[in-house]
Amino acid sequence: MLDKSDYREYVAKNAPRSPMLRSLVAAFVVGGLICCIGEGIKDAVSAIFPSMTEEDAGAWTTIILIFIGSFLTAIGVYDKIGRFAGGGSMIPITGFANSVVSPALEYNREGVFFGICAKMFVIAGPIIVFGVVAGILAGTVGLFV
Amino acid sequence: METFLDYLKVFAVGGGLCAVGQLLINKTGMSSARILVLFMLLGLVTELVGAFSYIKGFASSGVTVPITGFGSNLAKGAMQGAKEGGVLGAVGGGLKAAAPGISAVILFGFLFALIFRSKSKKI
Repeated sequence: MLDKSDYREYVAKNAPRSPMLRSLVAAFVVGGLICCIGEGIKDAVSAIFPSMTEEDAGAWTTIILIFIGSFLTAIGVYDKIGRFAGGGSMIPITGFANSVVSPALEYNREGVFFGICAKMFVIAGPIIVFGVVAGILAGTVGLFV
Repeated sequence: METFLDYLKVFAVGGGLCAVGQLLINKTGMSSARILVLFMLLGLVTELVGAFSYIKGFASSGVTVPITGFGSNLAKGAMQGAKEGGVLGAVGGGLKAAAPGISAVILFGFLFALIFRSKSKKI
């Protein structure tokens, strides 16, 4: 029979050594890699289309990353990355894509209208609403500066 | 060598932002929607005060690939719109700048949801 202090010792010995540190490192490495992939795409787009402005190259990079994130979500790979990487796969724009595609897939059994289309923004909705409202505020500031 | 250094900066800053996000998950248990909104607003405010372009000059994709880049785009578009198109530009400029990303997410989300079935139940 274990008494309390033995049990604490047992837990301390057998628990993963630092889930905190492990999750931070995983998020850092995976997030950093995704950003590097984005930088690589931007460099490649700029190399293929030398006349393209940096802004347009950035927009194409975003679209390509969103495609990759959406596709990996659709085939079930992104959620596996997410279980390992946590914030590392959530914060990049691919995570934004995941937050839209994941509920869209989840609810497609409820039909196209009230399943896919309505539930698509169940997580991303707040981001777009806050973004649009804060963007209008920023524009208002821009009117006076 | 220079390219390697550039990518190292992208990796460090992008990874750092994600680690901060993970720290918030661990310490506060905030939902992913709240954390994403927080980071988006962070990018928006940084752009608004004019600091984003300096950070971008240093870290490039390290700060534009995370959702902070989305917020920065919104603020940049809105302020540019205000300068060029007055009130209408100020109201519409943000969403206009963010439109390629939002459109892509809607298009791919819709198409993939029609083609694929959710995998999460099988695991």
